[in-house]
Amino acid sequence: MKRTLKRIAPQLITLVVLAALVSWFFPSFLQIEVSNGRLVGPVIDILKRGAPVAILGVGMTLVVATGGIDLSVGTVMAIAGAVAAAALVNGLGVPAALLLAIAAGLAAGFWNGCLVAIFGIQPIVATLILMTAGRGIAQLITEGRILTFNEPGFAFFGSGNIAGIPVPAIMWVVTGILVAILMRRTALGLLIESIGINRRASALAGINARVIIIAVYMASGLCAALAGIITTADILGADANNAGLWLELDAILAVVIGGNSLLGGRFSIAATVLGAMIIQTIGTGILLAGFPSEYNLVIKAVLVLAILMIQSPHLVREWGAIRQKITGRRAARDQEVQP
Amino acid sequence: MNPLLFPLLATITIFVVAYAICAAQFPMMFSTRVAGNLLTDNAYLGIVAVGMTVVILSGGIDLSVGSVIAFSGVFIAVLLRDTGLHPLVVFGLLLIVTTLFGAAMGGLIHWLAMPPFIVTLAGMFLARGAAYMLTIESIPISHDFYSMLQKTYYLMPGKGRLTFIGVLMVLTVFVGMIVAHRTRYGASVFALGGGENTARLMGVNVRRTTVKIYAFSGFMSGLAGIVFSIYTGSGYPLAAVGTELTAIAVVVIGGTLLTGGAGFVFGTLVGVLTMGLIQTYIVFDGTLSSWWTKIVIGVLLLAFILLQKGLVYLSSRRQGSMA
Repeated sequence: MKRTLKRIAPQLITLVVLAALVSWFFPSFLQIEVSNGRLVGPVIDILKRGAPVAILGVGMTLVVATGGIDLSVGTVMAIAGAVAAAALVNGLGVPAALLLAIAAGLAAGFWNGCLVAIFGIQPIVATLILMTAGRGIAQLITEGRILTFNEPGFAFFGSGNIAGIPVPAIMWVVTGILVAILMRRTALGLLIESIGINRRASALAGINARVIIIAVYMASGLCAALAGIITTADILGADANNAGLWLELDAILAVVIGGNSLLGGRFSIAATVLGAMIIQTIGTGILLAGFPSEYNLVIKAVLVLAILMIQSPHLVREWGAIRQKITGRRAARDQEVQP
Repeated sequence: MNPLLFPLLATITIFVVAYAICAAQFPMMFSTRVAGNLLTDNAYLGIVAVGMTVVILSGGIDLSVGSVIAFSGVFIAVLLRDTGLHPLVVFGLLLIVTTLFGAAMGGLIHWLAMPPFIVTLAGMFLARGAAYMLTIESIPISHDFYSMLQKTYYLMPGKGRLTFIGVLMVLTVFVGMIVAHRTRYGASVFALGGGENTARLMGVNVRRTTVKIYAFSGFMSGLAGIVFSIYTGSGYPLAAVGTELTAIAVVVIGGTLLTGGAGFVFGTLVGVLTMGLIQTYIVFDGTLSSWWTKIVIGVLLLAFILLQKGLVYLSSRRQGSMA
């Protein structure tokens, strides 16, 4: 537990600092009230709106940990949403819609995983293919319109709440916890990390990299399907054009803010979901503080660059060299003083 | 024959065959009008793809190009609206800004030793954010020089128009071909693409080359932004969203290996024309919905990558058996 806390400390501190900053501009930022049996407040809003990026981030963390990347998650969200909406419009019922959407996400992930693991195509390009073609597929399913439906059972996933907490927030927390348990209580986390660090050595050690890579992309597809279900349920419609647009970049950003290296290796799911919350806090905070929302992108960029600098191996080495010089000079001075 | 020439030849063949098939169905497609429009409509994409080709040849990637195009348009429009500077002066200022921006990204990539993907992603957010901060709405450009540039064209036999920006794109491709294949800088780019350590051992100044690569890409993005503003006659901060990915697709379809170290700038031109051809065909057909464009481009991308993979695999097997 202590090790986890140490790992996610930078993200926690950033979140606290951000919350403090926003509270300075908007004093009632941290207020939570109860209204109509549900909790309301900016913090609850952040937890709810950050759900898609957080869930996407969980899947993306696993993919990035193997040294890959998944650019298609936003598009898979649109496809899953389109499939669910089409199922509901055709009267198949909520459970069938959910299952079909999840199956679509798993199929997309399987496709990506096969391209990367079996054909050896670079992950950027392999997922770029689905990202390009997938929007077309989603539009094909919705026939170019925004498919709307009126199914309260499905809308529960977007705007319902359990014990006052919005369902999307519960979904990302549960997803994060389940995946984290699966990774740390079984050997899966270890296997994924080893593939990311050195695939050849993992293969020599007997790890079936192909199966695990396919599984990881399928997990990412599953997460994208869940996120797609949330967004579709939220607006009670499937917008093939805009659902999940550019959310993959936010997910990658969350992974990077979470301190996970894009080159693969050790990962932390808790850090990623905290990163997703940081992104959402920035967005909401800018709006609440009264700044025009155009500042959002510039601040995100500056934040990414700051984190990159902190993570950079070069800088770590140079910092170590600087520290050594300082302590070395001090030790030499001390030696001079006491001959 | 160099086996890495195969993807380029495949691209050219596919383009010719596709054009023939389209022209067989719609004979009007074989007119200079369509050819002229093909060049004009995709001029900005072709220019930005030349810069992207050089970046990908070095083994990197540049995700900021679309945002820099948008920023360029907005920058030009705001300066022309608020100051009395002549467009040529504004163009010069813009190109300096985008080249420096690219150089800064290249410097960060080298200095931080971080994957180009994430540094240029940050650059993309920064450029797009800067464009938003300058203006949220579209700003029309109404300057006499601009109208002159938009109206400059050469009337080809068959009433096709070879516009200024179309010619500019073709010229840029030729410049790109010379830079990539005939200069020492180009050789350094290819060497970097083959492997950073081997390039360093070969004597390539990795830092300088990296900065120059992304500066070149920044310059091309700025030029593409100028062309885009001429083409649309306005500056719009939401312009060119997704252009970076289209540019990457065009470069891959053009036969350049995404791992870097092998490719041809001419292939990028063919890739741009192929993409324009697909869109023109869909417009001519009239019944196909626009989302088929995306699906076809995705399928083409997949086909070309598999082709590249197969060729590299075959050539390495042949080398292995000869050794």
